[in-house]
Amino acid sequence: MSELLNLSLTEARDALKAKKITSVELTEAYIGAMEEGKGLNAFITETPEKAREMAKASDAKLAKGEGGAMEGLPIGMKDLFCTKGVLTTAASHILDGFKPEYESTVSQNLWDAGAVMLGKLNLDEFAMGSANITSYYGNVENPWRRSGGGNQKLVPGGSSGGSAAAVSGRLAIAATGTDTGGSIRQPASFCGIVGMKPTYGRCSRWGIVAFASSLDQAGPITRNVQDAALMLGAMAGHDPKDSTSANLAVPDFEAALTGDVRGMKIGIPKEYRMDGMPEEIDALWKRGAEMLKDAGAEIVDISLPHTKYALPTYYIIAPAEASSNLARYDGVRYGLREEGGSLIEMYENTRAAGFGDEVKRRVLIGTYVLSAGYYDAYYLKAQKVRALLKKDFDDAYGQVDAILTPTAPSAAFAIGENQDDPIKMYLNDVFTVPASLAGIPGISVPVGLSEDGLPLGLQLLGKPFDEETVLKVGHVLEQAAGFDAKPAFLAGSK
Amino acid sequence: MSLDKATVARIAHLARIRTDDAQLDALVGDLNNILGFVEQLNEVNTDNVEPLASVTGHGLPMRKDEVTDGAYPERVLANAPERAHGYYAVPKVVE
Repeated sequence: MSELLNLSLTEARDALKAKKITSVELTEAYIGAMEEGKGLNAFITETPEKAREMAKASDAKLAKGEGGAMEGLPIGMKDLFCTKGVLTTAASHILDGFKPEYESTVSQNLWDAGAVMLGKLNLDEFAMGSANITSYYGNVENPWRRSGGGNQKLVPGGSSGGSAAAVSGRLAIAATGTDTGGSIRQPASFCGIVGMKPTYGRCSRWGIVAFASSLDQAGPITRNVQDAALMLGAMAGHDPKDSTSANLAVPDFEAALTGDVRGMKIGIPKEYRMDGMPEEIDALWKRGAEMLKDAGAEIVDISLPHTKYALPTYYIIAPAEASSNLARYDGVRYGLREEGGSLIEMYENTRAAGFGDEVKRRVLIGTYVLSAGYYDAYYLKAQKVRALLKKDFDDAYGQVDAILTPTAPSAAFAIGENQDDPIKMYLNDVFTVPASLAGIPGISVPVGLSEDGLPLGLQLLGKPFDEETVLKVGHVLEQAAGFDAKPAFLAGSK
Repeated sequence: MSLDKATVARIAHLARIRTDDAQLDALVGDLNNILGFVEQLNEVNTDNVEPLASVTGHGLPMRKDEVTDGAYPERVLANAPERAHGYYAVPKVVE
């Protein structure tokens, strides 16, 4: 079994095509791994029977030499993607019992490409959080442990915490994530794997439970960069059902991994060297720049002057959009209903019982900044600063091909830490939020370990719709870093 | 600008979230903390800056105004907590 679990997504694809393994064997190995890894609480819903059926169908296609790009590969689906007939919760009590009558475009694209669904992965409630501690279905545990730090349970990051924990602990060969302010990249960094947020508009948002519609993007969470290239290609594409979906052809992302970054210009933004940032993060960042320089890239110092305003901008825009998007949860059309004496009481009781504390905080902040008399001072102001943040990147891309930064200001922390103050938790996304506001693509690649033996990632950012450069440089960084440390929990390793 | 308890209660009502007194006290602190944090945006000069609502760089696509979907009430109502005679059912609104 463990040999099957050792295969990366692209290795398994090749083995399936060469008929060295079958999808049923591979899928059974992962169904066993899910069982073994139950303690991580990575899945909200497991769908082993569906997985077996899909695997059997894939094997029939593969036997005839047919099948799509992801044929027979068993993946996990973040429980923010609507899946027809399968419970979809957004990790919220308010969606109790919701079984969509339709399939999200991204998940449909993956099934059309032949992927096999293992189940629905845990997340922060409505993707609001950076530690996967706001889920109605309980905390997700990071498969990593601090070296010599006892057996303290660590967070996997968030909001795609179940996705990152599952891929890191090998409960799924790959998983989908969504990223609004860092929800793919930060958990990937915390769990020692690769997470990619493509350009806004590259993947359809149709059928993804909406958080902040001008920021939400789907992307792959995988063991390595080549896997990310394969999976992104299967997820992406124009969708008439999403008016913000880009009508562009999807390139062959794997073909972009040439290993050659000679002559490319990589920007190092001075504003990302923040006060109080741990020395080891700064050292890792310098090492990453050295690796790219050794590979023939040119390192260029750049400035993104409005960086420090990205987080406050985000914490106006994202809650504003969330308060509007979450207005639909009213106890009438789906999910939870708490009765009340009047219609309004029913709404108020349903939303009080159905939303968790962090979701309530954000809905209230969003309601306030959009309310009469405050709209200009908060929301409009934030949209103007957002324009300046985007211009920072536009200017920088006049000079450089890609930008290298740390992914997160720390390694994974313990469950319970950073919970006394919402702002402290928000600071986790300080390096990932600017790219979300600008809509540009980014990837987190594991590059080293912290002093206490936890994975640390670096982030590469690219020009809009230039995922190919991001993947190419990320691949070179990955090869140079040679990150091969393993978490304390690894399914199939016993 | 700082929010008082009455204002938070008003916002909670606008957002249709029932909040009891103890919750309001906690929310006043949390929301003021967040608003204090975002107020640093006032340092930024945004004179003559156009607000950015969308990063797509393309306009909204247009299509012919015609029915392209629908005619499956069963599927639309399938997840309703309460339904009657092919409609969503809610507590009585008009006496």
